[in-house]
Amino acid sequence: MKKQAKFGIGIGVIVISMVSLAWLGYGESKTYYHTLAELDTLKGSARTERMRIGGTVQNGSIHRMTGRVDFVLEGEGKSLPVSYVGSDPLPDTFVDNSQALIEGRPAADGRFVAEHIQAKCASKYEAAPGGKLPATPAGT
Amino acid sequence: MDVFGSFALILAFVCALYAFGGGIAAIVTRHPLLIKSARQSGMATCALIFVSTLSLVYLFFSDNYSVAYVVSHSNRDLSTFFKVAALWSGQEGSLLFWSFLLAIYVFSVLFTYRSKNGELMPYVGVILAGVQLFFLTISNFVASPFKALGVANASGAFDLVARADGNGLNPVLQYPEMVIHPPNLYSGYTGFTIPFAFALAALLARYPGEKWIHLTRKWTMIAWCFQSMGILLGAHWAYAVLGWGGYWGWDPVENASLLPWLTGTAFLHSVMMQEKRGMMKVWNVWLVFVTFMLCILGTLLTRSGVVSSVHAFAQSSIGSWFVGFLCVVAGVCLAAYFKNKDYLKSENQLDSLVSRESSFLFNNLVLLVACVAVLSGTLFPVFSEWFTGSRISVGAPFFNKVNIPLGLLLLFLTGVGPLLAWRKTSTESLLRNFKWPSILGLLAGVTAFMFGVREMFALICFVLCVFVGSTIVQEFFRGAKVVRIRSGASWLASCVDLTLRNTRRYGGYIVHLGMVMIFIGLAGQAFNKEVEKELPIGSTVKIGNYDLLLQSMDQKQEKNYVADRMIVEVLRNDKPVMMLYPERRNFPTNQESGTMVAIYSTLREDLYVVYAGMNPQTNLPTVHAFINPLVKWVWWGGMVVVMGTIVALLPSRAAVVVLAKAASTAGAPELGGMRPAQVALREGHD
Repeated sequence: MKKQAKFGIGIGVIVISMVSLAWLGYGESKTYYHTLAELDTLKGSARTERMRIGGTVQNGSIHRMTGRVDFVLEGEGKSLPVSYVGSDPLPDTFVDNSQALIEGRPAADGRFVAEHIQAKCASKYEAAPGGKLPATPAGT
Repeated sequence: MDVFGSFALILAFVCALYAFGGGIAAIVTRHPLLIKSARQSGMATCALIFVSTLSLVYLFFSDNYSVAYVVSHSNRDLSTFFKVAALWSGQEGSLLFWSFLLAIYVFSVLFTYRSKNGELMPYVGVILAGVQLFFLTISNFVASPFKALGVANASGAFDLVARADGNGLNPVLQYPEMVIHPPNLYSGYTGFTIPFAFALAALLARYPGEKWIHLTRKWTMIAWCFQSMGILLGAHWAYAVLGWGGYWGWDPVENASLLPWLTGTAFLHSVMMQEKRGMMKVWNVWLVFVTFMLCILGTLLTRSGVVSSVHAFAQSSIGSWFVGFLCVVAGVCLAAYFKNKDYLKSENQLDSLVSRESSFLFNNLVLLVACVAVLSGTLFPVFSEWFTGSRISVGAPFFNKVNIPLGLLLLFLTGVGPLLAWRKTSTESLLRNFKWPSILGLLAGVTAFMFGVREMFALICFVLCVFVGSTIVQEFFRGAKVVRIRSGASWLASCVDLTLRNTRRYGGYIVHLGMVMIFIGLAGQAFNKEVEKELPIGSTVKIGNYDLLLQSMDQKQEKNYVADRMIVEVLRNDKPVMMLYPERRNFPTNQESGTMVAIYSTLREDLYVVYAGMNPQTNLPTVHAFINPLVKWVWWGGMVVVMGTIVALLPSRAAVVVLAKAASTAGAPELGGMRPAQVALREGHD
C-alpha cells in the first residue's frame, strides 16, 4: 500500500501543479467573443476584458502609420474605430471589405486597441461568373 | 470522367456495406465462404476508392472546369505539381483523400493477413469497413467531389455549365511543403485506424495473449512517423510561408494534429509494459481508442469550423456527421469494454518508484496531461459557451504555461527511463548510468549561465538536452565497445552493427536523440529578436550582428503570379554575407497575394526577412526581420526522428547469425572476447 501511496503523491503533485499553471495561463490569456452590437451593452469590468470581435473592414478606412494601423470595423449596423498595435505583420487578406477578427481591449476613448488580427477575404470565391460556389478559404 | 469517378465511389460504398454487413454475418455464422467474401469485398472497396481518387486527379490534369471542385481549386496556369495538391486543398477532395489513404492501409492489412490470424481478422475487417463506410457516406451523399457545376434557373432546377478556367488554388497553398504536408498528416490520422481496429477486434474476440500488440506495433509506428513528419512539415510551412516568424501558434488545427500524436506516443511506450510485464492492459486499449477518436476529432475541427482558426473551412454541416460518428465510436468502444472487461486483467503490480515501469507510468501521465490541457484549451470556446453562455478562448500563454514544464519533465524521463531496470533499480546501477550524464549536463548549464543565458526554462532545457544526449551517446558507446572488442571494427561500424542487432532499442534511442535536437530548437525561441522598419532604398536596418541593406526593388513575372521583390544585402560585422530576396506574390486569377519569406539559416540561428508590404502613405517598403536562434535544430531533429523510426521498424538481425559470426571471428578465442558479446545480446532492454 505504501508504494501505491508514493505513486499517488507523485501523480498528485504533477496534476495539481499543472492545473494551477493552467489556471494562471487561463487568467492571462482568456479572451471573450463579442459581437459589435454587444460591445455597447457591456458594463463594468466586462468592458476592459480581453475580447475578440468579428466584422468587416470599412471601405477606404485603413490608415497605415509607423507602428500602428487604424481602420474602422463595421457590422450589425455599428462601427468601431480600431488601432492595431500588434507586432505581427497584418495578414495579406486584410484589405478593404475583408472580414476581420480583431483581438484586444477597448480603450477609454472609445477606440479598440487590437493586438492580433485575423482576416479572411470574403469575396473570394463567391458570385463568380457562371455559377455560385461555396466559399472555401485556406486549406488544411 | 466525373461520372466514372462518382460511380466508382458509389460502388465502393456498396462494397464497404457488404464488407461490414457480410463480415458481421461471417463472425456470427463462421462460414468460411462468407468470411472470404467479406474480406474480398473489403479489398474491392479499396480498389474502387483508388479508381475514384485517380479519376478526380485526372479531372484536375485535364482541366475539366465543369466540375465544381476543380473550378474552385485549380486553373489552367497552375503547375502540374500543384494540381496534385489541389486534390486535398478543399473539403470534398480532402475527405476523398482521407478515404484513399485509409484504403491503402486497409488493403495492406487485409492482404498481409489474408491467411493469418483467422480468429481476429474477420473482426478487424468489419471495423475497418465500418470506418470506411462512414467516410464513403460523407463523400457520396454529403460532400461529393464530383458534383457538376450548376447554376439555379428560374424554375429552381439546376442547369449544368462549364467554365473556361478555374478560380485557382489558394496562394498560401502553392508551396512545396503543401504538397507533402497534408499527405503525411493524413497518413498519420488514417494510420491510427489500424491499431484501433486491432485493439477493438482483440477485445471483441477476446483474442488470447498479447498478439494484437505485436501485430499492430509496426502499423502504429508507421502512423506515428507520418504524424510526426506531418506536424513538423506543417510547422515548417507556417514558418516559411505565413511570415510571422514562428512555426507553432497553438492554432486549433495545429493542436488537433498534436493530440493524437501525444496519445499515440504514450501508447508506443506503455505498450511495452504490457509486452514485458502484462500490465496496463485497460490503459493501452483505451489509449488506442482515444487516439483514434482524437484523429476523428482532428478531422472534425479542421472541417467544421467549430473553433475559429486560420485553417478551418467555412461553416459547414459536415460537423454534425463527425460528431455522430464520434458518438458511435465511443459507444462501441464503451460497450466492448464493459462486456469484456475481465479479459483485460493486469498480471502484475508496480514494484518500485525507481523502475522502468514507473518511468513509463509517468511518461504516460505527462503525455496525457499535456493532451488534456491542449484539448481543453482548444475546445474552451465551445465548452464555455455551453456552460456560461459567453464564448471565451484561451491563447498561447495558457498552452505554454502548462506544456513547457510538461515538455521538460518528459525530456528528463526520456533520459532516465530507458536506463532504469524493470521492477527495481539498484543504487549502483543508478550511479553507473547517470554519473557522467549528470556531470556533463550540469557543466553545460554552468557554462551557458556564464555566457549570459538567464531564461530559466531555456537553461533547464539545455541542461536536460545535454544530460539526455549523453545518456544516449553513453549507451551507444558501451554497446559499441563490446562489439569492437570482439570484431575489431571501427567505432562507426560497431555502432551500426549494434543498432542492427537490436533495431527496436537503438532505433528508439535515435528517435530520442532527434527529440533532444527538437527541444534544443524549441529552447532557442527564448532568444528570438525582431525588428520592423520602413526602409528607403539604400538604407539599412540592424538586427543582432546583421545589417540589412535594401539595395533595390524589382518585379518578376511568373506563369501564375507576379512577384514584388526586395533585394537585400546581408552584412555581418560590416562584411557582406549574402543576398536575400523576400517577395510578395500577387496572383491575378483570384486577386490574392502571399508572402515569400527569405531565410538565411545556420545551425546557430535563422535570419528571417519578410517584405511586409508597401506603406501607401509614405510609399516606402516595410521590412520585418527576425533572428530566430537554433530553429534549424527542429527540422534536423525531425529528420533524425524519422530515421530512428525507420531503423526501429527494421527487423533485428537474428541472434543466431550474430553468434555464428562471433564464433568465426574469435578464431583464437580469448575469454574476455566472448563474454561481453553475450552482454551485447542481452534481451529485454528495449
